[in-house]
Amino acid sequence: MTVVVNEVIELIRAVSDPEIPVLSIMDLGVVRDVEVKEKDVLVKITPTYSGCPAMDMISTEIKYKLNQAGYNTTVKLILAPAWTTDWITENGRKKLEEYGIAAPLEASADKMALMGESRMVKCTNCGSTNTVLVSQFGSTACKALFKCNDCLEPFDYFKCLK
Amino acid sequence: MSKLYDYLLLLGDSSMILGHRLSELCGHGLNLETDIALTNISLDLFGQVRNYFQYAAEIKGEEATEDSIALLRLPHEYRNVLITEQPNTDFAYIIARQFLFDAYHLPLMEALTESKDEQIAAIAHKSIKEVRYHLRFSSEWVKRLGDGTEVSHQKMQEAIDYLWPYTKELFEETPLEAAMKAEGIGADLDALKAKFDAHVQEVLAEATINIPETPFAHSGGKKGIHTEHLGFILADLQYMQRAYPNMAW
Repeated sequence: MTVVVNEVIELIRAVSDPEIPVLSIMDLGVVRDVEVKEKDVLVKITPTYSGCPAMDMISTEIKYKLNQAGYNTTVKLILAPAWTTDWITENGRKKLEEYGIAAPLEASADKMALMGESRMVKCTNCGSTNTVLVSQFGSTACKALFKCNDCLEPFDYFKCLK
Repeated sequence: MSKLYDYLLLLGDSSMILGHRLSELCGHGLNLETDIALTNISLDLFGQVRNYFQYAAEIKGEEATEDSIALLRLPHEYRNVLITEQPNTDFAYIIARQFLFDAYHLPLMEALTESKDEQIAAIAHKSIKEVRYHLRFSSEWVKRLGDGTEVSHQKMQEAIDYLWPYTKELFEETPLEAAMKAEGIGADLDALKAKFDAHVQEVLAEATINIPETPFAHSGGKKGIHTEHLGFILADLQYMQRAYPNMAW
């Protein structure tokens, strides 16, 4: 049984966030529960943001990958408890940084950074903290746009959500 | 239909109509950053609407879906507050509308996290995190425009003067809201108003904007009596479903 569960988990791990292809949905923390009964699999996922357009695609991909491996898959969207950036794993944070998206700070630092009151968000290109907020809303709902004053590169910052 | 169903529509309609107004700005924002910000807020609101309407569709049963609830009602069946349907006159109006709505929306979500209805509480817990960002964004812009140049100040004041009479309606309790409050499902609007007043007064003071002293107030949205704008919005929103019933992407 454990072997089966591990196989299912590994299949799900291969699904990535379509907006951040390097990041597995397991590392993003959107997979909340997996139940395996013989060949029937129930996967519970939760959205990062209410309007996250990636959820349909993530759901489709989970079903596709598991069904290809011979499972009957149901994906259920659950809202509670609400997703938080704390659920992004250490590995996930590392992947984000490597991809060029600054990982979320803790809540109070995040608020100061987004109000332009402090310089704590580290540039993903050169590592400098001499960075400045350009916009509280970036290329997707979960990100804000920053610019580095040292290397002058713009970059995304994954906003803290608690 | 049940009171709970009607209450979900009341909650969802305001987010949907404001979300639609903001979506009209996609590609028309005054610069790239505000364009993206306003459409992101729109996306958040539509996400919340989907949660309300999926739940409402479950309650209604039969063949109801989130889409049929969103798109196949007549204007007088929409329960959104009137401020959400006001047009995108200029950037000051867009920000003022957003700010006044957010300042009401955040305490509303705070209250609904305590709802006895588990699904409403779950939606509120989810939404509240997003609404905090919305209010922060709109508050910052009210201050920047209000306490900015002579022209931006004048435009911000004009927008607040125009939209202020729409705020009274937010806190007017309808029989439906009274019943939901009594059951521990809905919010207490008096408690919301105190939080709204405190935040709005603080931000407008910092923005050097005066709160208009007018006894005049618009009202009716929560009872299905709308301004002329809603008809045009619904014509846009419903066109595909009316022209091609049951079409899907």
